[in-house]
Amino acid sequence: MSTERPLLEVNGLKKHFPIRGGLLGQETARVYAVDGVTFDVRRGETLSIVGESGCGKSTVGRAILRLFDITEGEVYLSGERIDNMPATRLRPIRQRVQVVFQDPFSSLNPRMRVRDILAEPIRNFGLAKNRRDLNEKVEALMDKVRLPRDAVGRFPHEFSGGQRQRIGIARALAPGADLIICDEAVSALDVSVKAQIINLLADLQDELGLALLFISHDLATVEHLTHRVAVMYLGKIVEVADRRTLFAEPHHPYTRALLSAVPVPDPTAKRQRIILKGDVPSPINPPSGCRFHTRCPFVFDRCRVEEPILRHVGSAPGHSSACHLDEVPGGPVVPD
Amino acid sequence: MSATTAPDHVAAPVLPDVLPPIKQRGKVMGFVHRHPTIVIGGVLVGIMILIAIFAPYLGTKDPTALAPARRTREPSAMYWFGTDMLGRDVYSRVLYGTRVSLLVGFSVAILAAIVGTFIGLVSGFVRKLDAVIMRCMDGLMSIPSILLAIALMALTRASVQNVIVAIAVAEFPRVARLVRGVVLSLREQPYVEAAIASGTRVPVIIWRHILPNTLAPLMVQATFICASAMITEATLSFIGAGTPPIIPSWGNIMAEGRALWQVKPYIVFFPAIFLSITVLAVNLLGDGLRDALDPRLAKRL
Repeated sequence: MSTERPLLEVNGLKKHFPIRGGLLGQETARVYAVDGVTFDVRRGETLSIVGESGCGKSTVGRAILRLFDITEGEVYLSGERIDNMPATRLRPIRQRVQVVFQDPFSSLNPRMRVRDILAEPIRNFGLAKNRRDLNEKVEALMDKVRLPRDAVGRFPHEFSGGQRQRIGIARALAPGADLIICDEAVSALDVSVKAQIINLLADLQDELGLALLFISHDLATVEHLTHRVAVMYLGKIVEVADRRTLFAEPHHPYTRALLSAVPVPDPTAKRQRIILKGDVPSPINPPSGCRFHTRCPFVFDRCRVEEPILRHVGSAPGHSSACHLDEVPGGPVVPD
Repeated sequence: MSATTAPDHVAAPVLPDVLPPIKQRGKVMGFVHRHPTIVIGGVLVGIMILIAIFAPYLGTKDPTALAPARRTREPSAMYWFGTDMLGRDVYSRVLYGTRVSLLVGFSVAILAAIVGTFIGLVSGFVRKLDAVIMRCMDGLMSIPSILLAIALMALTRASVQNVIVAIAVAEFPRVARLVRGVVLSLREQPYVEAAIASGTRVPVIIWRHILPNTLAPLMVQATFICASAMITEATLSFIGAGTPPIIPSWGNIMAEGRALWQVKPYIVFFPAIFLSITVLAVNLLGDGLRDALDPRLAKRL
């Protein structure tokens, strides 16, 4: 392991959204969207954040992008703290962190041509010397995402979903970013297109040494392109491990429940299914103790009062889980 | 298989087309077919604009020339729309009145759109001012616009400019509220967030991403404001709080004809027809634009 600082470090990130009501708009409640999340992403690495909808995974991505101010915690990019940086000094940071959104239809301005969409970040960061240079850079981007060069004069609605997502990726590549946050970047695409986009992302990562923060709810997709996985539940990370470890020996009951829900293309396979009951509790009023205790099949008294912390488990390096069961001698109780 | 034998199969009769053939239309006819309201409204508005511009060349006389000897004549070959109680030619007055109505309608629409868009943008982007601004707009909108315009006219001298300003003040809160709503929804759009993430400055975001996408609902709203401004102008003139009596406007003509409407209804009748047709035309145009600019419908085409 190198001693170099990771590209992105997130320490104890919290984002609470106030709910305002009443005549004067005073705060009446809070949504604990992200409540203390710590992880890092190394250069050229893919970290996936997985979880159900509403678990706060997108909020993490948007907080790193500084689309809003965070409530608590620290975010470092190459050792430089960016979460409290004034907006005026943020531009060089913005050049290094880019985003690809889920919906390829709303992520491109319908009234702009592809050329202008791709030229916008290049112009913003003053990366082109003149008009010709700009055009060349735009065309090079089209090549990178395997789109025909002559399509730059078209409007987004003339493209299919997968092609639009390529344009979105090209825009994220335009400023020469180190980290690209893929916020459910392939969730809206159908299976064959999804595979193409994932392969494209993997190729680009090899080619350009990009780090990807891949936010997804789809474990099967994640398994194909990630190095490490962080599982989120209700604003907290419950388990982090490298891909192989997570899929082979998941520790946290929630991770196991998620994995058992991934379909296996074998109708005769008999599997241990963990079926979770009920819905994710409201992040406005999260459960006490372990946040998962309301749905956990292995819940016991301690879970209801004491919050488990993320600690190292198992034999693989970098495998942590937040569950009281891990403290039980002999590891977690796996029911047969 | 020899060539001499008669074919042992008979061709089946030609079946009628399962789907009726698609009619090939030219570009122009296609547009007319898809957006009949835009075409009808546009043509009528166009005619009104032409009338306003070419009023002096359409066989009109001086609309203010008095002829007491020939007052309240019925419509005839000489006086197409008759004459009013001072002997002025109603045809000339109605045609010149088109100028005032269109001028007021379009000016109010443009003025209200510009002011309303500015206030809506500020309100949508500066969250701290939003509540204050929108409560002010609510306050303005709680007064019926015609009453507000009358009050404003009572404070100033009667002139076309003052009428325009008074009506625009009464109308712009509607635009501000609309623009604010659109801005608030556009701000959350991923393409705006992507633009923020790629370092685009706020003024550029407004200019490049927000404004072009606000234009469609704004144009529709502006046409409706144009129509209602024409009615408000006529109303103000009718009650004597609008255009000064020396300038012929539809409202003025109707106000002057009011005393005689039971015996000489045509004095009120002709400006009323013009006003109705113009307002209908502008509303049709706005309706058509709303349908044509609605992206959900646009996708279907």
